[in-house]
Amino acid sequence: MTEQSAHQLRTAPAQRAEWLAARQAIAVADPSERDQILHRWATRTRRSVVSMIDAARQGHIGGDFSVTDILTTAYLVALDVDPAQPRAEHRDRFILSKGHCAAALYSTLAFAGFFDPGELSTFMKPLSPLNGHPNRNKVPGVETNTGPLGHGVPVAVGAAIGAKLKGESGRVIVVTGDGELQEGSNWEAFMTAAQYGLDNLTVVVDRNRLQQGARTEETNHLDPLDDKFAAFGWNVEQIDGHHYGQLADALTRPSGGGRPHAVIANTVKGKGVSFIEDRVEWHHKVPSAEQVKQALEELV
Amino acid sequence: MTTEAVAVSSEVYDNRVAFADELIELAEHDDRVVAVCNDSVGSSNLVGFRDRFPDRLINVGIAEQDMVGVGAGLANAGMIPFVCGAAPFLTGRSLEQIKADVAYSQLPVILCGMSPGVAYGELGPTHHSIEDLSWLRALPGLDIVIPADRAQTRQAVRQAVEHPRPTFIRVGRFKVPDLPQQVLERGRFQTMRDGVDVTIIAAGTAVSRALAAAERLEGDGFSARVLNAAYLNPLDEAAIAAAANETRAIVTAEEANVSGGLGAAVARIVLEQPAPARVPVEMLGFRDFAPTGSAGFLLELAELTEAGIARAALNALQR
Repeated sequence: MTEQSAHQLRTAPAQRAEWLAARQAIAVADPSERDQILHRWATRTRRSVVSMIDAARQGHIGGDFSVTDILTTAYLVALDVDPAQPRAEHRDRFILSKGHCAAALYSTLAFAGFFDPGELSTFMKPLSPLNGHPNRNKVPGVETNTGPLGHGVPVAVGAAIGAKLKGESGRVIVVTGDGELQEGSNWEAFMTAAQYGLDNLTVVVDRNRLQQGARTEETNHLDPLDDKFAAFGWNVEQIDGHHYGQLADALTRPSGGGRPHAVIANTVKGKGVSFIEDRVEWHHKVPSAEQVKQALEELV
Repeated sequence: MTTEAVAVSSEVYDNRVAFADELIELAEHDDRVVAVCNDSVGSSNLVGFRDRFPDRLINVGIAEQDMVGVGAGLANAGMIPFVCGAAPFLTGRSLEQIKADVAYSQLPVILCGMSPGVAYGELGPTHHSIEDLSWLRALPGLDIVIPADRAQTRQAVRQAVEHPRPTFIRVGRFKVPDLPQQVLERGRFQTMRDGVDVTIIAAGTAVSRALAAAERLEGDGFSARVLNAAYLNPLDEAAIAAAANETRAIVTAEEANVSGGLGAAVARIVLEQPAPARVPVEMLGFRDFAPTGSAGFLLELAELTEAGIARAALNALQR
């Protein structure tokens, strides 16, 4: 048996056009209009996540919802990427280190036109390219295969060093979970990033304060997380990870002083659906039919 | 295949020197070539590379998981990273990065396992890399190259630049002689010598010893074929099948644990043959953590010597 998929995913031109139009609208919008557009796109992603997880009867809904606004802002405001040329040489790189939140990433990529949103219904179905964790060779727009935790930051550091060696101005944005920071490989990479002065690298921590089994601070505490980044030689800021203005600013502002940039995005796991928000059991619980209905009613 | 033209050299060499010389030569002409290491500038013999290309030597410090991930990121950015570290730490400490970031992601990272096998001798099993072949052979899409001498080491490095793909190269520290010239071909064993009674399939440091064992067997009236298993992935299944069908017994010889390395690979193919070709297979290598001793002593203990390999061939022929 060889690893294979039913079909190849390809750029969706009409969807890409819609995405480009939204980006252009945001570029000239006032903050309130911008927030409305971003909210609309994020809500569509959250609704898509509900449908995907409902159909697959598995997934990671809590983390999908905490990272959705970060993903939406990154792709509509910050990243210089082209869904028609996902491997273009001079692109920005985006890496979702918390690969278990693939449903949110796939929805974001599909709504940007990297592939047809119609494919989202195959999520985790037999031979679907949309595995439970993202695969760069099957899903356009995915830079590296994640799933095991603590892998994204070292790869992002390598990509940022590579961009500097080639004299490119491209940036690398990597999103990690907060529980994921318990993996030591991240801290190896944080040191390397500072050593190499990677001011083209931004690490966004999806700080929802919950991990699979309990609260992060009750498991292996991370605070004071900002002090830790600062001690490692990073520029660090804390933002509200659901505030589009703060996200847009943090994800587009260049890091100064030859230092890499850490954005601690304080988020709510399960954001957007009342009965899922900030509850540990919704790490990978699957909603019932009634709960799906209620979730979709709230996500407007 | 004739081997009269060039004999096995009497001098022996450290393959790391050939590795570094070739890498510098390639880096002169191709600015995608970078080296990544874990404070192993000296032990990976990268001093010359660093002096020549200071910006292209990424030393992440003693951090192997980071090192392999950084290699994957560099490959993503379009570079050709040679990720160099002592083989036990490169493969053991960062096995999941090799699996997910390199093999599964299919990023062209060249993992260079320095001083593999029992090269570190008296430093003990923590520093031996006899498990690497078992671990890495289980990863689809990762080439495994075991150059047997200086020339093959240079060829392995050159091919990695010409056709970058996820690759592990075992770069030997234990000194070996130059072998009769062989072309390194992806996924192929080299026939070092033909024979009809028994086939010796040897890798790395065992190849020159296998040739000497074949000479000794000839004196005893047995004709031995010797194959150089310079590639373990992709595996030369045709050469193994031919050995099983054309000779009466097979010996494998590797500086590794036999549980999942060359011996296990050969045994699987032999068992897939029709009944008459399911010939006896004697596996030389390690079956336990090694005791204290020099690399040379440990190779003798594992019977990875001219006499030991010849003895295994006779045993196999009598089974």
